[in-house]
Amino acid sequence: MADKRERDEISGVETTGHEWDGLRELDNPLPRWWLYIFYACIAASIVYWVLMPAWPLANGYTKGVLNWSDRNNVAAEVQTLRAARAPMFERLASASATEIAADPQMQEFARAAGESVFGDYCATCHGAGGAGAPGYPVLADDVWIWGGSLADIEHTLRVGIRSDHADTRMSVMPAFGRDGLISAAQVGDVTEYVISISSARTRLAPNAAAAARGAIVYQEQCAVCHGAAGAGDRSVGAPSLNDDLWLYGGSRAEIRRQIELGRGGVMPAWEQRFDAGTLRALAYYVHEMGGGEPDAPPAPAPAAADGVAPPQSPPAPLH
Amino acid sequence: MSKVTLIDKRGEHAIEARAVNSKEYRALYKKREQIYPKLAHGTFRNLKWAAMIVLLAIYYVTPWLRWDRGVGRPDQAVLVDFEHSRFYFFFIELWPQEVYYITGLLVLAAFGIFLSSALFGRVWCGYACPQTVWTDLYIYVERLIEGDRNARMRLDKAPLSANKVARKVFKHAIWLVIAAATGGAWVFYFADAPTLFTQLFTGTASVSAYFFVGLLTFTTYALAGTMREQVCTYMCPWPRIQAAMMDNEALSVTYHVHRGEPRGPHKKGETWEGRGDCIDCRQCVAVCPQGIDIRDGDQLECINCALCIDACDEIMTKVGRPKGLIGYDSYANIDRRAQGKAPRIRLIRPRTIVYGALLALVGALMIYGLATRQTLDLNVIRDRSPPFVRLADGSFRNDYAVKLINMTDAPRRVVVTVSGLEGARLQSADGGAQATAIAEADSVTNVRLHVVAPGATEAGSHKLTFTVRDLASGEEAQSASAFLAGARP
Repeated sequence: MADKRERDEISGVETTGHEWDGLRELDNPLPRWWLYIFYACIAASIVYWVLMPAWPLANGYTKGVLNWSDRNNVAAEVQTLRAARAPMFERLASASATEIAADPQMQEFARAAGESVFGDYCATCHGAGGAGAPGYPVLADDVWIWGGSLADIEHTLRVGIRSDHADTRMSVMPAFGRDGLISAAQVGDVTEYVISISSARTRLAPNAAAAARGAIVYQEQCAVCHGAAGAGDRSVGAPSLNDDLWLYGGSRAEIRRQIELGRGGVMPAWEQRFDAGTLRALAYYVHEMGGGEPDAPPAPAPAAADGVAPPQSPPAPLH
Repeated sequence: MSKVTLIDKRGEHAIEARAVNSKEYRALYKKREQIYPKLAHGTFRNLKWAAMIVLLAIYYVTPWLRWDRGVGRPDQAVLVDFEHSRFYFFFIELWPQEVYYITGLLVLAAFGIFLSSALFGRVWCGYACPQTVWTDLYIYVERLIEGDRNARMRLDKAPLSANKVARKVFKHAIWLVIAAATGGAWVFYFADAPTLFTQLFTGTASVSAYFFVGLLTFTTYALAGTMREQVCTYMCPWPRIQAAMMDNEALSVTYHVHRGEPRGPHKKGETWEGRGDCIDCRQCVAVCPQGIDIRDGDQLECINCALCIDACDEIMTKVGRPKGLIGYDSYANIDRRAQGKAPRIRLIRPRTIVYGALLALVGALMIYGLATRQTLDLNVIRDRSPPFVRLADGSFRNDYAVKLINMTDAPRRVVVTVSGLEGARLQSADGGAQATAIAEADSVTNVRLHVVAPGATEAGSHKLTFTVRDLASGEEAQSASAFLAGARP
């Protein structure tokens, strides 16, 4: 490597004196604008150190004279947002489904607030959009275990299912097979009978003889909750068996397994967690997933409806 | 005086002027040399003044024009309203999704500049480009304060004095005021001008408004005050592109070599026999804002401002020769003259016809689009989760977020219907034939629609068309979507 600075003939500029395999480098100065921007950046960085949090110290960091803190800013912004939303939540807390639907602004608010809370707390089990999962009911369909009116949904939300709430919704499906309440053969017979009264009979082809035997066991053991024709009973949280929607799976083996084990799910009570407005928004969001039912005058008579197909999904007016 | 001897040596009207950007002085590592354009007088200078006044007037006045759009709507004729995502241009109101009109406008601008290049060379560069207009304005201010070419050169060479400092400070102050006014006018296009005007001066305007005023103040001052011809030569891509738009017949500012050469100094009373008309007075170089010598031929640096034509014509008149030694001419004419043929100007030729036709076509499409513009539209977004819902009776349901877009000033009663899938119906009060809704005025209304199809529907995706119809006017819009059905469990 030569170390001799010399003047380049073509450009008239001095070289750096370094040479690599015959390549030499011109010692042109930095463009002025570049250099000045570089100096300006250095100056700006010093100003920044003074104004903003910058240097880590043994116990913390330099705070800067502007006292800037992203953590505090976010907290303040969240507080502002809460305050701005409070009046709407208060209005929601006392609004009925019809009132919400009649007010596009409130409707949009309830939908957005409900969706957000649902995404945070409910979607883990019930799936995004209420898609459901084995053991976790689909909320978007028109089949309800505990009722699908806005009031029913909100009540279920408040007290939970098999939760620690004093008024929790509670239903018990005995483990007929495991606890020996009926014999293994009877479990098989009841399975055939349940298939034969459900819409699944077209795809699962139940054994007629077994179903006839199972019918007797069913009327003794199951009809008290699930109804004589399998329409279910919402007052005790007994699912309908006459459709083809199954909480724990719709194959022959899965239906049998449920009769054997009598599984039941758990949902926390949300009353303490959310304020009334949020609960109403959440209930409204679930209600509007598509299967919501109109608020009915108290206590539908499930026993009387037995044998009749579950009510058609209700009209969902737009505004 | 040395100046007198110089004139004696070089002939009448001669001036000491070096084309600092001409080929012979160009060097890769050279610092920029200051150019001191001399004031020209004549047709093209007047045209340039006129263009400057008109264009600046358009720029500054436009945001202040008012246009009544009714209560609660902005009354500014031209407004880019980012906050409410609307663009207003007199009677036209555009929504963000209609950005293709802006594309159309840009295409029009492109073909416009192509056509003008094919006809008259770089008229855009010479007369209409903001860089040219503001540089011209800055040079005008410079001339008012420091004097014309010679006075400015003297002042720059003179040692520091109170007079020099005062003139320089005054000049830069006026430049900064113009720059600030440029940035100031820019932000008026994005907010209500009278309101923003007050806000800017009372310190209550938004940070972004001040930022853009500052940014444009800086760029105007830097580009028009200190960088000038370097912008055209080094920063602008257009000089490199324009060659493709021009052809042999395109007019551009040209030195008539056949007439001018051989050039040389000329003294009053000398004969014109055996020599060209160019007396090498260098007036064309002195007036050039780009620092070039037009007699070197067509060059990338030349913005075709035609001030050299004015300068030359003035001299030709004085020495009693015909005007037009420098003039608008084409390459083809240079060849024709060399072959002894008569020059001619061919404005109508395939290239200009194609550019003109494309310009007219895009313009017509834009007008057609605006005239038949839909004011009712819908966007349909199918819920992704759950992909479909099975209902108790075995049927399938899909859910849709539907956006009803009403671009008029009044709310409209509309009905939405679905078609294209056997048995599909809307889950609604009247049994599924249609859903009614109110599309709010000048906004997007969100509705959720549920579509139910029979359980026999084949598994997979099916085409489903949503139609929205205005009950009063019958105006319709459609949107294609899909319906998903799945297998039984």
